[in-house]
Amino acid sequence: MKYIDEFRDGVLAKNLAASIAAAVMPGRSYNLMEFCGGHTHAISRYGLNDYLPDNVRMIHGPGCPVCVLPIGRIDHAIALAVERGVILCSYGDPLRVPASGGASLLKSKARGGDVRMVYSAAAALDIARAHPQREVVFFAIGFETTTPPTAVIIKQAQAAGLKNFSVLCNHVLTPAAINHILASPEVREYGTVPLDGFVGPAHVSTIIGSRPYEPFAAGFHKPVVIAGFEPLDVMQAILMLVRQVNDGRAEVENEFFRAVTRDGNRKAQALVAEVFEVRESFEWRGLGEVPDSALRIRPAYATFDAERRYGLEYVPVPDNRACECGVILRGIKRPEDCKLFGTACTPENPLGACMVSSEGACAAHYTYGRYKSTDMKTQGTAA
Amino acid sequence: MSGAVRKDYVRPIDFKHGCVDMTHGSGGRAMAQLIEELFLRAFDNDYLRQGNDGALLPPPPAAAGRMVLATDAHVVSPLFFPGGDIGCLSVHGTINDVAVMGARPLWLAASFILEEGFPLADLQRIVESMAAAARDAGVPVVTGDTKVVERGKGDGIFITTTGFGWLTAGIDWRGDRAEEGDVILLSGGIGEHGMAILGQRENLAFDAPIVSDTAALHELVAAMQASGAAIRCLRDPTRGGLATTLNEIARQSHVGMLLDEAAIPLQPAVAAACEFLGLDPLYVANEGKLVAICAAADADCLLAAMRAHPLGAQAARIGSVHADPQHFVQMQTRFGGKRMVDWLNGEQLPRIC
Repeated sequence: MKYIDEFRDGVLAKNLAASIAAAVMPGRSYNLMEFCGGHTHAISRYGLNDYLPDNVRMIHGPGCPVCVLPIGRIDHAIALAVERGVILCSYGDPLRVPASGGASLLKSKARGGDVRMVYSAAAALDIARAHPQREVVFFAIGFETTTPPTAVIIKQAQAAGLKNFSVLCNHVLTPAAINHILASPEVREYGTVPLDGFVGPAHVSTIIGSRPYEPFAAGFHKPVVIAGFEPLDVMQAILMLVRQVNDGRAEVENEFFRAVTRDGNRKAQALVAEVFEVRESFEWRGLGEVPDSALRIRPAYATFDAERRYGLEYVPVPDNRACECGVILRGIKRPEDCKLFGTACTPENPLGACMVSSEGACAAHYTYGRYKSTDMKTQGTAA
Repeated sequence: MSGAVRKDYVRPIDFKHGCVDMTHGSGGRAMAQLIEELFLRAFDNDYLRQGNDGALLPPPPAAAGRMVLATDAHVVSPLFFPGGDIGCLSVHGTINDVAVMGARPLWLAASFILEEGFPLADLQRIVESMAAAARDAGVPVVTGDTKVVERGKGDGIFITTTGFGWLTAGIDWRGDRAEEGDVILLSGGIGEHGMAILGQRENLAFDAPIVSDTAALHELVAAMQASGAAIRCLRDPTRGGLATTLNEIARQSHVGMLLDEAAIPLQPAVAAACEFLGLDPLYVANEGKLVAICAAADADCLLAAMRAHPLGAQAARIGSVHADPQHFVQMQTRFGGKRMVDWLNGEQLPRIC
């Protein structure tokens, strides 16, 4: 595949690996968090850890939109499909996420709920047009990447005067979550949790640009390198982070400059700002309530807001008490440190956020890396 | 009296405009007519023409040897897709299940569940495709059954085929026979059937059309058998794809496997479509491919035999069998790292970012 294979070249990977190995200082550890599930996926799928020196450790962050979706929000979607009889349109990966009482959207479908998988937000709008007698709800989830398409269909629905269409908005914001991780006591208090830098989001940054990362790079003195989702992108970003750490720099650098600019996609940003406003607080599965971290539909578009339309009250649902997702997402523990990992909690029967989608930290480790667990070193602490 | 009554005249079925109705499954005249004008005409053979409830078949070709029986239900949507349809698929699928046991497929049985209102034109097209596939493969459909369900209680048409084959004495290919040191061979590119179906189902118009690989593999299997190589096990990696099939064999044989990603044949169009949808081709269905596990010493000879057959022209050595108490299937990635190729959890779903 042209323009893809170039970023998966094994020879270049070996060269980059040699550069990383030459750049790291012996006796020093480099604890780097990749925020995005897309990076986690690339690292796992291409076996990228095999290329990294022992003192470079990748921590899988909370950037998997399916994983961080709290149970109570899935319950909303299921209630709409089952109790209110709507056609519930969803992207593919939320369908299997377990909700309260062992339910899921897929299981609700089997029990008669009209749940339909769509590949795009626009497809949900088409379904609404095709079924004027039915109420149609689009279950909108995802970070800044998937938000503009949702804004587009809400505006199109309004322009077309559609009466049977609404959006259950669960869009969340990346910078707020990174900020939340950096501001947590474990990370702030020196030496408790090592976190030396971030591999910054790829697709999200094409929308928001690199500027939003500047305040916390400076404020928390953590380097950020925005990287594409291809394995060579990730390796190049790791090399750039290692160099920043060595130099004592904490800058926002952009490895993914073929797609990301400092200001991002202003047209998309304006569209999002027109249709959505920031929620004061939103629960993230694994992280808890995070202030200013999600979007809701503005009152001007209230008729397309499923939460208002159906009077949905949010009820938080706690995860299993033994679940360690919160600390795993903040890099304090590794998946295999959790008692439930691979026993009670598996991709077939996920209990916690990180096991839910293939991009989750635990699921990625379970699916791609657990053969290494037996000889995996225990977690090191900051030097 | 005006106009002569033509004796025994039955108005022919209107295949162009007609639909299946409940009478086509009621056991009456309409059903007999459908069987006569469609199924018998298309599948025509001596066994079927006997017109009994079951086919009377000749005894097995030899005293030593074993019989192999396999059955497969086909519920594909859409019914027609690039490279085939549910008709030829239902013939190929069952022939392949018999063939990968090492047996020579001899006869097929077919049962149809039709939904009231299903266009007879589509039914005719499907049955004729099935008949052509059976004829090409040299494996006749010798008995069958038709039922009709009310509108809304079926998805147009479901076809179940059962295949009967003869296994020559001495052949014993089983999923529990893979041994440490064995070599894994694959007959060609993966994911073609699954992506052809998906492209059609989701109305994703790929620039380069992906064509299903649906094909009967028994002649390829016969060529492999004739090579004399020590084959431990053959499988056709259908649902769940190559990854699932290899995990099944690894578990049955209590071994691990190591694949070489760069060696796994994959059409660029399939790779691109999978990339686009966030799917892993290792888990996408095939309908005309097989995996062979054989002794390392015989791998070259077997590979040559596969490549000499049109359905194995792209055959490749894709990995090897290792001792592993955990029975993991691992893969050396093209990129250079190693990763697990695990069982699929639930259905493979597209990723959103």
